[in-house]
Amino acid sequence: MKVKITVSLRTGVLDPAAETIHRSMGQLGFEAVTSVVQRRVFEVDIAKSDRDAVLAEAHAMADKLLANPVIETFTVDLVE
Amino acid sequence: MTEVNQAVAAEHGLSADEYAEILRILGRVPNLVELGIFSVMWSEHCSYKSSKAHLKRLPTEAPWVVCGPGENAGVVDIGDGQVVVFKMESHNHPSFIEPYQGAATGVGGIMRDVFTMGARPVAMLNALRFGEPSHPKTRHLIAGVVAGIGGYGNCMGIPTVGGEINFHKSFNGNILVNAMCVGVAEADKVFYAAAAGIGNPVVYVGAKTGRDGIHGATMASAEFSEETEAKRPTVQVGDPFKEKLLLEACLELMASDAIVAIQDMGAAGLTSSSFEMASRGGTGIELDLSRVPMRETGMTPYEIMLSESQERMLMVLRQGAEDEAAAVFRKWDLDVATIGRVTDTGRMVLSFAGEVVADVPIAPVAGASPVYERPIEPSPPPVPVVSARVPSPLAPLDALQKLLATPDLVSKRWVWEQYDSTVGADTLAGPGGDAAVVRVHGTQKALALSVDCTPRYVEADPKMGGCQAVAETWRNLIAVGATPLAITDCMNFGNPERPRIMGQFAAAIDGMAEACRALDFPVVSGNVSLYNETDGRAIQPTPGIGGVGLLADLTRRATIAYDQDGLTLLLVGECFGWLGCSLYLREIVQSEDGAPPPVELEAEKRNGLFVRELIEQGLLRTCHDLADGGLLVALAEMALASNIGMRLEAPPSGVNPTGWWFGEDQGRYVLAVDRDQRKAVLDAAKAAGVLVRAIGQTGGDDLGIAGQSAVSLATLRALSEGWLPAYMEAGQ
Amino acid sequence: MRVAVVTFPGSNCDRDLAVAFARATGRIPKRVWHADSELPSVDVVGLPGGFSYGDYLRCGAIAARSPIMRAVADFAARGGRVLGICNGFQILTEAGLLPGALIGNRDRRFVSRWVELDVTHPDSDFTRAGKAGQRLRVPIAHHDGNYTADAETLARLEGDGRVAFRYVDNPNGSAHDIAGILSAGGNVLGLMPHPERAIDKALGGTDGSVVFRSLVEALA
Repeated sequence: MKVKITVSLRTGVLDPAAETIHRSMGQLGFEAVTSVVQRRVFEVDIAKSDRDAVLAEAHAMADKLLANPVIETFTVDLVE
Repeated sequence: MTEVNQAVAAEHGLSADEYAEILRILGRVPNLVELGIFSVMWSEHCSYKSSKAHLKRLPTEAPWVVCGPGENAGVVDIGDGQVVVFKMESHNHPSFIEPYQGAATGVGGIMRDVFTMGARPVAMLNALRFGEPSHPKTRHLIAGVVAGIGGYGNCMGIPTVGGEINFHKSFNGNILVNAMCVGVAEADKVFYAAAAGIGNPVVYVGAKTGRDGIHGATMASAEFSEETEAKRPTVQVGDPFKEKLLLEACLELMASDAIVAIQDMGAAGLTSSSFEMASRGGTGIELDLSRVPMRETGMTPYEIMLSESQERMLMVLRQGAEDEAAAVFRKWDLDVATIGRVTDTGRMVLSFAGEVVADVPIAPVAGASPVYERPIEPSPPPVPVVSARVPSPLAPLDALQKLLATPDLVSKRWVWEQYDSTVGADTLAGPGGDAAVVRVHGTQKALALSVDCTPRYVEADPKMGGCQAVAETWRNLIAVGATPLAITDCMNFGNPERPRIMGQFAAAIDGMAEACRALDFPVVSGNVSLYNETDGRAIQPTPGIGGVGLLADLTRRATIAYDQDGLTLLLVGECFGWLGCSLYLREIVQSEDGAPPPVELEAEKRNGLFVRELIEQGLLRTCHDLADGGLLVALAEMALASNIGMRLEAPPSGVNPTGWWFGEDQGRYVLAVDRDQRKAVLDAAKAAGVLVRAIGQTGGDDLGIAGQSAVSLATLRALSEGWLPAYMEAGQ
Repeated sequence: MRVAVVTFPGSNCDRDLAVAFARATGRIPKRVWHADSELPSVDVVGLPGGFSYGDYLRCGAIAARSPIMRAVADFAARGGRVLGICNGFQILTEAGLLPGALIGNRDRRFVSRWVELDVTHPDSDFTRAGKAGQRLRVPIAHHDGNYTADAETLARLEGDGRVAFRYVDNPNGSAHDIAGILSAGGNVLGLMPHPERAIDKALGGTDGSVVFRSLVEALA
């Protein structure tokens, strides 16, 4: 099964990349942009067929490896 | 708003006595904003309440010192109307929680301390202490801290030119990340942080304020426990790009006369910057917190005052200069806002949305914070180790091979290749030598820079260890040919409420003070980091010393590498074969016992000045000071740096061979000289009363000792270079 | 030879590059701000190293879209010489003035060391002061210096002799050991190593001055 793990900065943590990108959008004339968020997305194939087991495994790998719990959160979605 | 009482004060880390003192100062119960202000201003980190009484004993003056401790950084004259501005600071606790961001923001913070004063940063150094390599967290911490230091410094375009890294189990739960920044300014363009000129605007510039690291300053002042690790306060994220813009904008504005005073917002953010500026100026300040640029919605005055968002500055401008300043900052895409003015009330009055939210006198909060004479218990005197009784299970060259592969002595190339050490095109000697050497841009002068401390010596004998840290820094500057000027200190210790820890601190200060005085090497800036403990286990006490020296002519300098066969190797200094606290004892005999090698300050100075004189006269181009691991390790380091071998004579009779090769006696150097230089050097030594003896010759592609087999440089190099990359890759 | 050096927000080798040009030409280069839309009248434009816009989004991506880069593109189209070093090289690829892209180093770490380069195209305007077969020793300092391009582009670069420099010991995983490439017209050079940091014996070598002296010769 395939899962999509999306890692985002926690609310309130400074995102200098998004801030800089937002500013340069304004400079390029995209003035209506009011906010920019940058996230990392992982698509992971897991060779298991039990939905709950796949989700649990995806959660575990996000928690242990993909996200830095000090500054990031994550969501897990089943793709197929 | 939460009602303030003693329990709330305790949650803010204030003792019952301190809370009573706040009630006395205000004549009423503080509100939560005011309590927050007191708690951070009176935290150990901002107030130096445990250390102040002892720090006073350090010498801070010399004819070449322009500004000693108390400002953002120390300032020292380097001639031709120029000054060097420098300071070292710790970022230990944040780096343990989030190594990349903790180390990065530590680098950013110390850079701001330097460019706040009008200096362009020209070099960075760092001193890192990690736990045992086998500890499950060590690898992750090294990777994160090194990437964080590089990520920030490289982006800023300031070369990271030197440093040291040690490992010991006492740092398993509490690593040390100390960063030093060195800048150069015109002597008549140094900026200070005293708010002056009643009615002058107080201006905020830089990044917007978010809820970053609220109570970071109080966190740095409390011991770590499993619980605080789980709590994980909002970590500050560094933005080196913004800091680069801030650097350029500040230096651009400083070229005019718009700025009266300027202070970076470091620990305790807006609170400490505003209080310290008013305190130094003997003035008051009014701020309207609604005007502070904010990144998040719904921030309270309490959060605004305690936020530790990075890359921000507070400045007092000359009246009428606001437009000029705003134009410069806007050019560099930075937020700028006038948030208040200087007053003559001696009070800090904060308003928010039209209401006064805090009104406190400045002097008792900033200047007259509590000072504690905490109880002291001396460390038990160490029992010296008798060299003759130390086992010698390995032949010297076998012991050498084992030592070169120990984590404390291995090549740290894996680390320093992640730091841009050549940006600025002024780095004459980067990482890997005795001291880094950086040219003063556009001149023939150069600065020599070194950071040093041997924590195991300090633990065994805090006074001697403190003395040794200063002496070794001095020696490293001498070894490249510099005139040592002054130091910054970064005092990393455990919980000062324990008498043994406070005893270590007091004794280390005494030892440092003695060395500073004897070597004309005053302290001009510094930082104290206490409570470096985890669950009651203290770190090895680490008074890190960062030294700065001056080379008047950059062509007259020495390096550890020689360039030809047939040179004579000379040993400068007495050799008693001191093995107590040595790496040999720890790594080969598995004992951490004994007394550290004594520093004889008179001999130290005599030997050092002798060596420097030779370099200054152009008689000497190859020199290495002896430190960790002793003579044979130093010789191997020289041979590896030169890629030319050496043939060594057997130890002189009457000296214990193990002590000869591996003793860590102080005040010593190895020189490599040709036949012509040899006579001149030996004559000069005789005249100066310095003991110098020939111990071997350069040449070949191996390192050999008379009467023993030799070991190839390739073998030694593989041992020295192999360990760290293999260790780091094993974790991937 | 008249030179302009562009400063983007986050450039940090602009001064070093200006010093190197000044030493080679005896004239102080003009400094140009990223927000300017016109170049002064010059023969050479230098795009310096650094971390323009913090390397956010992609290295050089935001700088490549700044007003001055339209002027630089026009200048290059008219045959003007453009030298992009490190981040300047990244900006040139992002701006489409040079083919390919610079992605993260093979080891995924920043790498700062002195390296040796083979001058593979000793006749260009940027290398002619060197000797055929000369090896240059210069520093590198980058996190994203891994040159990559599709097979067709690489074949074209090789076939047209547009690989200007190759690493002797590839430090970052670059395709074909490429350290620097020329535009089709030969008037634009992008390279990851920093010749401007190797113009002084005291700093460890003078090999980098070949690039600057070559331009002086070419434009004499």
